[in-house]
Amino acid sequence: MKSIADINAIREKMQKVLGTRDAQDDADTRIVIGMATCGIAAGARPVFTAFLEEAAKRNLGNVKVTQSGCLGMCKFEPMAQVYIPGKEVVTYVKLDAEAAKRIVSEHIVNGNVVAEYTLDIE
Amino acid sequence: MRELSLHILDIVQNSIKAEADLIIIDIEADFTADRLSVTVTDDGMGMSKELLEKVTDPFTTTRKTRNVGMGLPLFKMAAEASGGEFDISSKEGMGTVVKASFGISSIDRVPLGELEETMGILLMGSPDRDFIMNYQIRTQSGLKEFNFDTREIKEELDDIPIDEYEIISSIKTYIKENIKETNGGLVL
Ligand SMILES: Nc1ncnc2c1ncn2[C@@H]1O[C@H](COP(=O)(O)OP(=O)(O)OP(=O)(O)O)[C@@H](O)[C@H]1O
Ligand SMILES: [Mg+2]
Repeated sequence: MKSIADINAIREKMQKVLGTRDAQDDADTRIVIGMATCGIAAGARPVFTAFLEEAAKRNLGNVKVTQSGCLGMCKFEPMAQVYIPGKEVVTYVKLDAEAAKRIVSEHIVNGNVVAEYTLDIE
Repeated sequence: MRELSLHILDIVQNSIKAEADLIIIDIEADFTADRLSVTVTDDGMGMSKELLEKVTDPFTTTRKTRNVGMGLPLFKMAAEASGGEFDISSKEGMGTVVKASFGISSIDRVPLGELEETMGILLMGSPDRDFIMNYQIRTQSGLKEFNFDTREIKEELDDIPIDEYEIISSIKTYIKENIKETNGGLVL
Protein backbone atom coordinates (compact mmCIF):
# COMPACT_ATOMS: atom_id res chain seq x y z
CA MET A 1 0.00 0.00 0.00
CA LYS A 2 1.23 3.47 -0.82
CA SER A 3 1.79 5.67 2.20
CA ILE A 4 0.96 9.33 2.63
CA ALA A 5 3.72 11.31 0.97
CA ASP A 6 6.19 12.59 3.54
CA ILE A 7 3.73 13.07 6.34
CA ASN A 8 6.62 14.06 8.58
CA ALA A 9 7.78 16.74 6.17
CA ILE A 10 4.24 18.07 5.87
CA ARG A 11 3.83 18.07 9.64
CA GLU A 12 7.02 20.07 10.14
CA LYS A 13 6.11 22.55 7.42
CA MET A 14 2.62 22.96 8.89
CA GLN A 15 3.97 23.55 12.37
CA LYS A 16 5.92 26.54 11.04
CA VAL A 17 2.99 27.88 9.03
CA LEU A 18 0.58 27.59 11.95
CA GLY A 19 3.05 29.32 14.25
CA THR A 20 2.95 32.47 12.14
CA ARG A 21 -0.74 32.50 11.34
CA ASP A 22 -2.44 33.20 14.68
CA ALA A 23 -2.25 36.99 14.45
CA GLN A 24 -4.47 37.35 11.37
CA ASP A 25 -7.00 34.69 12.32
CA ASP A 26 -9.86 36.93 13.37
CA ALA A 27 -10.64 39.04 10.30
CA ASP A 28 -11.43 36.03 8.16
CA THR A 29 -13.11 36.07 4.79
CA ARG A 30 -15.49 33.13 4.48
CA ILE A 31 -16.81 31.35 1.42
CA VAL A 32 -19.76 29.12 2.27
CA ILE A 33 -20.90 26.55 -0.27
CA GLY A 34 -24.27 24.78 -0.08
CA MET A 35 -23.57 21.07 0.21
CA ALA A 36 -26.99 19.42 0.63
CA THR A 37 -28.44 16.95 -1.87
CA CYS A 38 -29.58 19.67 -4.26
CA GLY A 39 -26.17 21.35 -4.19
CA ILE A 40 -24.22 18.13 -4.60
CA ALA A 41 -26.43 16.99 -7.48
CA ALA A 42 -25.98 20.33 -9.23
CA GLY A 43 -22.18 20.24 -8.98
CA ALA A 44 -21.21 21.75 -5.62
CA ARG A 45 -18.32 19.35 -5.05
CA PRO A 46 -16.05 20.62 -7.87
CA VAL A 47 -17.08 24.17 -7.01
CA PHE A 48 -15.94 23.65 -3.42
CA THR A 49 -12.65 22.17 -4.61
CA ALA A 50 -12.08 25.04 -7.04
CA PHE A 51 -12.60 27.67 -4.32
CA LEU A 52 -10.25 25.78 -2.03
CA GLU A 53 -7.52 25.32 -4.61
CA GLU A 54 -7.68 28.86 -5.97
CA ALA A 55 -7.46 30.32 -2.46
CA ALA A 56 -4.49 28.06 -1.70
CA LYS A 57 -2.79 28.85 -5.01
CA ARG A 58 -2.99 32.56 -4.20
CA ASN A 59 -1.82 31.98 -0.65
CA LEU A 60 -4.95 33.51 0.83
CA GLY A 61 -4.37 32.17 4.33
CA ASN A 62 -7.17 34.27 5.81
CA VAL A 63 -9.86 32.83 3.50
CA LYS A 64 -11.90 29.98 4.91
CA VAL A 65 -13.84 27.74 2.54
CA THR A 66 -16.70 26.05 4.40
CA GLN A 67 -19.95 24.16 3.78
CA SER A 68 -23.55 24.66 4.74
CA GLY A 69 -26.76 22.73 4.24
CA CYS A 70 -29.52 23.58 1.81
CA LEU A 71 -29.71 27.34 1.25
CA GLY A 72 -33.38 26.97 0.33
CA MET A 73 -33.23 27.74 -3.37
CA CYS A 74 -32.44 24.42 -4.99
CA LYS A 75 -32.84 25.57 -8.58
CA PHE A 76 -30.05 28.11 -8.14
CA GLU A 77 -27.51 25.55 -6.97
CA PRO A 78 -24.54 25.33 -6.85
CA MET A 79 -24.60 28.36 -4.62
CA ALA A 80 -22.03 30.11 -2.48
CA GLN A 81 -22.03 33.05 -0.12
CA VAL A 82 -19.04 35.28 0.36
CA TYR A 83 -18.55 36.99 3.72
CA ILE A 84 -15.90 39.68 3.81
CA PRO A 85 -15.55 41.51 7.14
CA GLY A 86 -17.18 44.95 6.92
CA LYS A 87 -18.89 44.20 3.59
CA GLU A 88 -22.35 43.01 2.69
CA VAL A 89 -22.81 39.28 2.09
CA VAL A 90 -22.79 38.37 -1.60
CA THR A 91 -24.77 35.33 -2.76
CA TYR A 92 -23.59 33.64 -5.91
CA VAL A 93 -25.72 31.16 -7.88
CA LYS A 94 -25.38 28.56 -10.63
CA LEU A 95 -21.66 28.26 -10.14
CA ASP A 96 -19.07 26.06 -11.75
CA ALA A 97 -15.35 25.64 -11.13
CA GLU A 98 -14.42 28.47 -13.52
CA ALA A 99 -16.82 30.86 -11.81
CA ALA A 100 -15.38 29.90 -8.43
CA LYS A 101 -11.86 30.78 -9.60
CA ARG A 102 -13.07 34.13 -10.94
CA ILE A 103 -14.82 34.95 -7.66
CA VAL A 104 -11.57 34.35 -5.79
CA SER A 105 -9.47 36.52 -8.10
CA GLU A 106 -11.97 39.26 -8.98
CA HIS A 107 -14.04 39.55 -5.81
CA ILE A 108 -11.91 38.33 -2.95
CA VAL A 109 -8.53 39.54 -4.19
CA ASN A 110 -9.55 42.64 -6.18
CA GLY A 111 -12.81 43.61 -4.48
CA ASN A 112 -15.06 43.49 -7.57
CA VAL A 113 -18.23 41.43 -7.22
CA VAL A 114 -18.66 39.05 -10.18
CA ALA A 115 -22.10 40.34 -11.16
CA GLU A 116 -23.03 37.70 -13.70
CA TYR A 117 -23.25 35.09 -10.95
CA THR A 118 -24.99 37.12 -8.27
CA LEU A 119 -28.49 36.20 -7.20
CA ASP A 120 -30.30 39.46 -8.05
CA ILE A 121 -29.47 39.19 -11.75
CA GLU A 122 -31.78 36.17 -12.09
CA MET B 1 -26.23 12.18 -9.44
CA ARG B 2 -23.41 11.70 -11.88
CA GLU B 3 -21.21 9.60 -9.60
CA LEU B 4 -21.76 7.12 -6.78
CA SER B 5 -19.13 9.06 -4.85
CA LEU B 6 -21.52 12.05 -4.91
CA HIS B 7 -24.26 9.88 -3.42
CA ILE B 8 -21.77 8.79 -0.77
CA LEU B 9 -20.98 12.41 0.03
CA ASP B 10 -24.69 13.13 0.36
CA ILE B 11 -25.53 10.05 2.45
CA VAL B 12 -22.62 10.74 4.80
CA GLN B 13 -23.90 14.31 5.22
CA ASN B 14 -26.99 12.71 6.77
CA SER B 15 -24.76 10.87 9.26
CA ILE B 16 -22.99 14.11 10.08
CA LYS B 17 -26.33 15.85 10.62
CA ALA B 18 -27.27 12.96 12.91
CA GLU B 19 -24.18 13.80 14.98
CA ALA B 20 -22.30 10.60 14.32
CA ASP B 21 -18.77 10.46 15.72
CA LEU B 22 -17.63 7.57 13.57
CA ILE B 23 -18.78 6.96 10.01
CA ILE B 24 -17.77 3.83 8.15
CA ILE B 25 -17.96 3.65 4.38
CA ASP B 26 -17.65 0.16 2.93
CA ILE B 27 -17.22 -0.16 -0.81
CA GLU B 28 -17.08 -3.71 -2.09
CA ALA B 29 -16.84 -4.58 -5.74
CA ASP B 30 -17.28 -8.25 -6.49
CA PHE B 31 -16.54 -8.80 -10.16
CA THR B 32 -17.25 -12.53 -9.81
CA ALA B 33 -20.87 -11.70 -8.92
CA ASP B 34 -21.14 -8.45 -10.93
CA ARG B 35 -22.03 -6.64 -7.72
CA LEU B 36 -20.86 -3.36 -6.26
CA SER B 37 -22.11 -2.52 -2.80
CA VAL B 38 -21.83 0.69 -0.85
CA THR B 39 -22.62 0.72 2.85
CA VAL B 40 -22.58 3.74 5.17
CA THR B 41 -22.71 2.90 8.87
CA ASP B 42 -22.90 5.58 11.53
CA ASP B 43 -23.26 5.86 15.28
CA GLY B 44 -25.49 8.92 15.10
CA MET B 45 -28.89 9.54 16.68
CA GLY B 46 -30.75 7.11 14.41
CA MET B 47 -34.39 7.32 13.37
CA SER B 48 -37.77 6.40 14.79
CA LYS B 49 -39.68 3.53 13.16
CA GLU B 50 -42.18 5.99 11.70
CA LEU B 51 -39.55 8.13 10.05
CA LEU B 52 -37.63 5.09 8.83
CA GLU B 53 -40.72 3.82 7.02
CA LYS B 54 -41.26 7.16 5.36
CA VAL B 55 -37.73 7.76 4.13
CA THR B 56 -37.55 4.44 2.28
CA ASP B 57 -40.59 5.16 0.15
CA PRO B 58 -39.68 7.50 -2.69
CA PHE B 59 -43.32 8.22 -3.52
CA THR B 60 -44.14 9.83 -0.21
CA THR B 61 -41.08 11.99 -0.52
CA THR B 62 -41.63 15.59 -1.32
CA ARG B 63 -39.29 18.45 -0.59
CA LYS B 64 -42.10 20.21 1.24
CA THR B 65 -42.51 17.51 3.85
CA ARG B 66 -40.40 18.22 6.83
CA ASN B 67 -37.78 15.60 7.69
CA VAL B 68 -38.07 13.94 4.34
CA GLY B 69 -35.78 14.90 1.55
CA MET B 70 -34.20 13.71 -1.65
CA GLY B 71 -30.94 12.07 -0.63
CA LEU B 72 -32.11 8.58 0.34
CA PRO B 73 -34.74 8.21 -2.42
CA LEU B 74 -32.18 9.23 -5.05
CA PHE B 75 -29.67 6.70 -3.75
CA LYS B 76 -32.32 3.99 -3.73
CA MET B 77 -33.37 4.80 -7.29
CA ALA B 78 -29.76 4.73 -8.49
CA ALA B 79 -29.31 1.25 -7.00
CA GLU B 80 -32.54 -0.17 -8.36
CA ALA B 81 -31.99 1.32 -11.82
CA SER B 82 -28.81 -0.76 -12.11
CA GLY B 83 -30.49 -3.96 -10.97
CA GLY B 84 -29.30 -3.59 -7.41
CA GLU B 85 -30.99 -3.27 -4.05
CA PHE B 86 -31.35 -0.73 -1.30
CA ASP B 87 -31.70 -1.26 2.41
CA ILE B 88 -31.76 1.01 5.42
CA SER B 89 -31.89 0.10 9.07
CA SER B 90 -31.77 2.40 12.02
CA LYS B 91 -32.23 2.46 15.74
CA GLU B 92 -32.88 5.56 17.77
CA GLY B 93 -29.89 6.40 19.90
CA MET B 94 -27.80 3.72 18.22
CA GLY B 95 -27.16 4.66 14.61
CA THR B 96 -28.03 3.97 11.02
CA VAL B 97 -26.88 1.64 8.25
CA VAL B 98 -27.60 2.52 4.63
CA LYS B 99 -26.73 -0.08 2.05
CA ALA B 100 -27.09 0.03 -1.70
CA SER B 101 -25.91 -2.48 -4.26
CA PHE B 102 -25.39 -2.01 -7.96
CA GLY B 103 -24.93 -4.16 -11.03
CA ILE B 104 -21.34 -3.42 -12.01
CA SER B 105 -21.89 -4.01 -15.71
CA SER B 106 -25.31 -2.33 -15.92
CA ILE B 107 -25.36 0.57 -18.38
CA ASP B 108 -27.65 2.34 -15.91
CA ARG B 109 -25.03 2.35 -13.19
CA VAL B 110 -23.24 5.66 -12.77
CA PRO B 111 -19.47 5.45 -12.27
CA LEU B 112 -18.03 5.32 -8.78
CA GLY B 113 -16.18 8.55 -9.47
CA GLU B 114 -13.75 10.53 -7.39
CA LEU B 115 -13.86 9.07 -3.90
CA GLU B 116 -10.86 11.16 -2.88
CA GLU B 117 -12.83 14.34 -3.59
CA THR B 118 -15.71 13.11 -1.46
CA MET B 119 -13.37 12.22 1.40
CA GLY B 120 -11.57 15.56 1.09
CA ILE B 121 -14.79 17.52 1.44
CA LEU B 122 -15.99 15.39 4.34
CA LEU B 123 -12.72 15.90 6.20
CA MET B 124 -12.78 19.65 5.55
CA GLY B 125 -16.36 19.90 6.77
CA SER B 126 -16.04 17.62 9.79
CA PRO B 127 -12.44 17.45 10.95
CA ASP B 128 -13.47 16.40 14.45
CA ARG B 129 -15.39 13.32 13.36
CA ASP B 130 -13.77 10.10 12.30
CA PHE B 131 -14.16 8.34 9.00
CA ILE B 132 -13.22 4.86 7.89
CA MET B 133 -13.29 3.80 4.29
CA ASN B 134 -12.85 0.13 3.45
CA TYR B 135 -12.40 -0.42 -0.24
CA GLN B 136 -12.44 -3.98 -1.59
CA ILE B 137 -12.13 -5.52 -5.02
CA ARG B 138 -12.83 -9.18 -5.55
CA THR B 139 -11.96 -10.88 -8.83
CA GLN B 140 -11.23 -14.44 -9.98
CA SER B 141 -7.68 -13.94 -8.79
CA GLY B 142 -8.63 -12.99 -5.25
CA LEU B 143 -9.32 -10.09 -2.92
CA LYS B 144 -7.52 -6.75 -2.83
CA GLU B 145 -8.28 -4.02 -0.37
CA PHE B 146 -7.42 -0.56 0.84
CA ASN B 147 -8.38 0.68 4.29
CA PHE B 148 -8.41 4.32 5.26
CA ASP B 149 -8.93 5.45 8.85
CA THR B 150 -8.75 9.07 10.00
CA ARG B 151 -7.94 7.97 13.55
CA GLU B 152 -4.61 6.60 12.34
CA ILE B 153 -3.89 9.71 10.32
CA LYS B 154 -4.70 12.03 13.20
CA GLU B 155 -2.29 10.13 15.36
CA GLU B 156 0.48 10.67 12.81
CA LEU B 157 -0.40 14.33 12.51
CA ASP B 158 -0.05 14.99 16.22
CA ASP B 159 -1.44 18.47 16.86
CA ILE B 160 -1.70 19.56 13.22
CA PRO B 161 -5.36 19.89 12.21
CA ILE B 162 -6.41 17.42 9.55
CA ASP B 163 -8.37 20.10 7.67
CA GLU B 164 -5.32 22.12 6.64
CA TYR B 165 -5.16 22.45 2.86
CA GLU B 166 -1.75 20.72 2.52
CA ILE B 167 -2.91 17.80 4.65
CA ILE B 168 -6.17 17.37 2.75
CA SER B 169 -4.29 17.52 -0.54
CA SER B 170 -1.91 14.78 0.42
CA ILE B 171 -4.71 12.65 1.86
CA LYS B 172 -6.58 13.00 -1.45
CA THR B 173 -3.52 11.92 -3.41
CA TYR B 174 -2.99 9.04 -1.00
CA ILE B 175 -6.56 7.79 -1.42
CA LYS B 176 -6.50 8.23 -5.18
CA GLU B 177 -3.25 6.31 -5.63
CA ASN B 178 -4.28 3.46 -3.39
CA ILE B 179 -7.63 3.05 -5.07
CA LYS B 180 -5.94 3.01 -8.43
CA GLU B 181 -3.54 0.36 -7.20
CA THR B 182 -6.34 -1.69 -5.65
CA ASN B 183 -8.35 -1.50 -8.87
CA GLY B 184 -5.38 -2.89 -10.77
CA GLY B 185 -6.67 -1.56 -14.08
CA LEU B 186 -10.32 -2.39 -13.50
CA VAL B 187 -12.74 0.44 -14.05
CA LEU B 188 -15.53 1.24 -11.62
N1 LIG C 1 -27.90 8.57 8.97
C1 LIG C 1 -29.02 9.10 9.46
N2 LIG C 1 -29.22 9.22 10.79
C2 LIG C 1 -30.36 9.76 11.28
N3 LIG C 1 -31.36 10.23 10.51
C3 LIG C 1 -31.22 10.16 9.19
C4 LIG C 1 -30.06 9.58 8.58
N4 LIG C 1 -30.20 9.63 7.24
C5 LIG C 1 -31.40 10.20 7.01
N5 LIG C 1 -32.02 10.53 8.17
C6 LIG C 1 -33.33 11.16 8.30
O1 LIG C 1 -34.03 10.94 7.11
C7 LIG C 1 -34.39 12.20 6.53
C8 LIG C 1 -34.34 12.08 5.03
O2 LIG C 1 -33.00 11.97 4.55
P1 LIG C 1 -32.69 12.41 3.07
O3 LIG C 1 -31.22 12.35 2.86
O4 LIG C 1 -33.52 11.61 2.14
O5 LIG C 1 -33.18 13.91 2.99
P2 LIG C 1 -32.63 15.20 3.79
O6 LIG C 1 -31.26 14.94 4.28
O7 LIG C 1 -33.65 15.60 4.79
O8 LIG C 1 -32.61 16.31 2.69
P3 LIG C 1 -31.69 16.31 1.39
O9 LIG C 1 -30.88 15.05 1.44
O10 LIG C 1 -32.65 16.35 0.24
O11 LIG C 1 -30.83 17.51 1.46
C9 LIG C 1 -33.42 13.20 7.12
O12 LIG C 1 -33.97 14.50 7.15
C10 LIG C 1 -33.24 12.64 8.52
O13 LIG C 1 -34.30 13.02 9.37
MG1 LIG D 1 -29.79 14.02 2.96
